[in-house]
Amino acid sequence: MATVSVIDQLKKTQILELLEQGKRIDGRALDEPREISIEINAIPKANGSARVYLGDTDVLCGVKIQPDRPFPDTGDKGLFMCTAELLPLSHPTVETGPPQPHVIELARVVDRGIRESHMVDVTQLVIEKDKSVVGVFADIVVIDYDGNLFDACSYAATAALLTSKTPTWEMVDDQPSVVEGGEKQLPVSTIPVSVTMGKIGNNIVVDPNGDEWASMDCRVTITTDSDGNICALQKGGSDGFTQEEINECGDMSVKVGAKIREQIKSAQQEYQQNG
Amino acid sequence: MGGRDATMVLLDKNGIRCDGRKIDEPRKIMIRAGGLKNADGSAYIEFGDNKILVGVFGPRDVHPKHMSNTDTGILRVRYHMEPFSVDERKRPAPSRREIEISKVIKEALEPAVMLEKFPRTAVDVFIEVLQADGGTRCAALTAASVALADAGIPMRDMVAAIASGKVADTIILDVNNEEDQAGQADMPIGYMPSLKKITLLQLDGVLTPEEYKKCVDVGVKGCEIVYELQKKALHDKYFGNRDD
Repeated sequence: MATVSVIDQLKKTQILELLEQGKRIDGRALDEPREISIEINAIPKANGSARVYLGDTDVLCGVKIQPDRPFPDTGDKGLFMCTAELLPLSHPTVETGPPQPHVIELARVVDRGIRESHMVDVTQLVIEKDKSVVGVFADIVVIDYDGNLFDACSYAATAALLTSKTPTWEMVDDQPSVVEGGEKQLPVSTIPVSVTMGKIGNNIVVDPNGDEWASMDCRVTITTDSDGNICALQKGGSDGFTQEEINECGDMSVKVGAKIREQIKSAQQEYQQNG
Repeated sequence: MGGRDATMVLLDKNGIRCDGRKIDEPRKIMIRAGGLKNADGSAYIEFGDNKILVGVFGPRDVHPKHMSNTDTGILRVRYHMEPFSVDERKRPAPSRREIEISKVIKEALEPAVMLEKFPRTAVDVFIEVLQADGGTRCAALTAASVALADAGIPMRDMVAAIASGKVADTIILDVNNEEDQAGQADMPIGYMPSLKKITLLQLDGVLTPEEYKKCVDVGVKGCEIVYELQKKALHDKYFGNRDD
């Protein structure tokens, strides 16, 4: 993905030529995301999970919930953490070993979107103040790559958290102990939705696929919450946006995000009706 | 990066902030071009209580060799905080935060540097945060642009950077450490004023779409203030009366 091959150069020319006629290489409209398929509870042993296909990009998020020690300065809050990993089977260029900067960025951007939206109500995740709290860990793995991992991972984590169930703990002999029959829904509120837009030439496209991802000059990922407010943003890539483009992307993220939020909600409802 | 102090007044009724600034007033900024003997270019910035040193080497041979590109030069950026730069000692090894910031600063500088003029070479930018007080990535990016210019590397523009944000329901310029910890939103912006291009943009915190646009606008205007100070730093070194 980082290396540009001759094929990528040829494709980039083709992608640009098509965009000049207002068309995309896979026939989508400029502001149209790929088809999203959400499979909730793909891993029943996890406290919550979701497998998300965004076009041919395929990611899986599992949520684990367990007691943990609080941070020293936030003893009245539980923990929330989100990680992401590219599995070596997801693309020929992925290598094993310590995470590359782009993977660290991916994990931090997905984490930030969910954290800053205050989706997980960490104030309700305290077992005993300053001593023991509940930790919620959303770990995402990328199974197959076709561009735009930011959004695929974000939808998977959001869908998994929405449908996560948490045990209840109480302190017994200074140790957290599970309360029998105390399982309940994880306290979540708003539904954050990230929308990534790529700039190719002077065109802005929503949800770039793998070929568009390899061809784009820069990108911006904007996360919105259920109220239509913007709660996180990350620009990336080796070019810049004008102020007008950034404003346009803000509006587009609210509009496109609202549609995707409905899809996540209906996947949640379908699961809860059948479960 | 301590806990949130609930008692602190971030914005008083006269519109004055916790450190005495007005809402659209940046902290005191001092930029000095040059200063390091061995580096090809360097800069030092004091941005409020931030103290950051940047050294640039190159264009030079690429090691390891497989990183080199036959079509263009490459830019490598390392953003690093000293263990003593923050309240609680920071472990010296690069953290995930530092790796991410290195990447966003690199991508913010790339549009400004004419790397295509130096195929097969690397330009290395080393950023050392000696003391941190909120807004280090913007101060570092600002100083890195000056250091690249000081190294004589051909550039299309310099990237100026500052953060805007939201504190006590008000959009403000240049978020300090207290405001970052207790405020509602923080939006670092890097901007090339001559080319009118935003090359670094991040946000955490909740903004309405209107506040979002205002925040971008306040940040861009702030960058224009910083840009003048960058040019002055270079002017002072090369055309001024400084001894070095």
